Amino acid sequence: MKSFILFFILFSLWLLMSGHYNVLIVSLGIISCAFCVYVAKRGKLIDDEGLPIFFMPRLLNYLIWLFKEILKSNLSTAKVIINGKVEPETFTVKTSQVTDVAKVTYANSITLTPGTVTTKIQKGVFEVHALNSDFGNDVRTNEMDKKVTWLEGKK
Amino acid sequence: MELILDILTSICFFIGSLSIIIGACGLIKLPDVFSRIHAAGMIDTGGTAFFILGMIFQTGWSLITVKLILIGVFIFFTSPVTSHVTANLARQKNILPVGKKIGKIL
Amino acid sequence: MFLAGLIACAITGILILVRIVLGKTTFDRILAINSLGTVIVIGISIHGFYSNRPEFLDIAIVYALINFIGTVAVLKLFSTGSLGGDK
Repeated sequence: MKSFILFFILFSLWLLMSGHYNVLIVSLGIISCAFCVYVAKRGKLIDDEGLPIFFMPRLLNYLIWLFKEILKSNLSTAKVIINGKVEPETFTVKTSQVTDVAKVTYANSITLTPGTVTTKIQKGVFEVHALNSDFGNDVRTNEMDKKVTWLEGKK
Repeated sequence: MELILDILTSICFFIGSLSIIIGACGLIKLPDVFSRIHAAGMIDTGGTAFFILGMIFQTGWSLITVKLILIGVFIFFTSPVTSHVTANLARQKNILPVGKKIGKIL
Repeated sequence: MFLAGLIACAITGILILVRIVLGKTTFDRILAINSLGTVIVIGISIHGFYSNRPEFLDIAIVYALINFIGTVAVLKLFSTGSLGGDK
């Protein structure tokens, strides 16, 4: 089942990128996509980590929230750079996700918002570097943690 | 209609240019590696997003729009990976960030 | 409009080159080179629109891919001393 979804994604990507719709080109696309799916299946790459389908229903909602956060923290980072009031701080936060994919999503979301970077990861604990105590408080209130746990949907 | 789209594109380009120039200034100005990563993240997210939005206003709906969105999605997914790998490797080589530390550090 | 974007990209590139020359540690330089790659991707796309040939976007996609792979490969070589494979 997941192989068909992967094949569908790859083939739609081929159609969108090529822009030529001959019989020859499209059949070549079908052959190469099928070969890619075969290689991925043989390497046992098609599982919950390679193709996280359980994210999909709530993904759009989360992405809109994430874009809003990124815009806000871009503004704050620009202010900090222009003012020159830099007081960096390092701290650790606990995470409450179950699967590895959700943990990766949470760490990437922290890194993607300018002002906070995940520097080290151990089991269930992230070490975060923040540019200012305001950015640090944003992470320490665990709002993003709750959002990602909701996105995971396992609890 | 053309005029409105041109104005929208100009506004997006202006915000994007401001964003990448402030990011580059931060890359020069900030004190250590871990702080500079934030400035690089500003170039990667704010600058790219606004420039690509401005170019989308110029194309309308076509295959070119799809390619622009693909570039945006790709940079959106790979920028945190490179930032995290750089920071993690700097920590492995025992470079400690300046500033205060709260609680126990890993 | 497109010309203004190109000029902004050029100024940013020069500022980042200053950091590459000044940078104390290797990580500063690698970070700056990655940012320079991102700015060049934006610049290639804008130049495609400026000269009315949007086919340049394909080159921009390939440049983004190579930028990511190159940065990660250099960091891996720096951390482990080899790129994997047989010792």
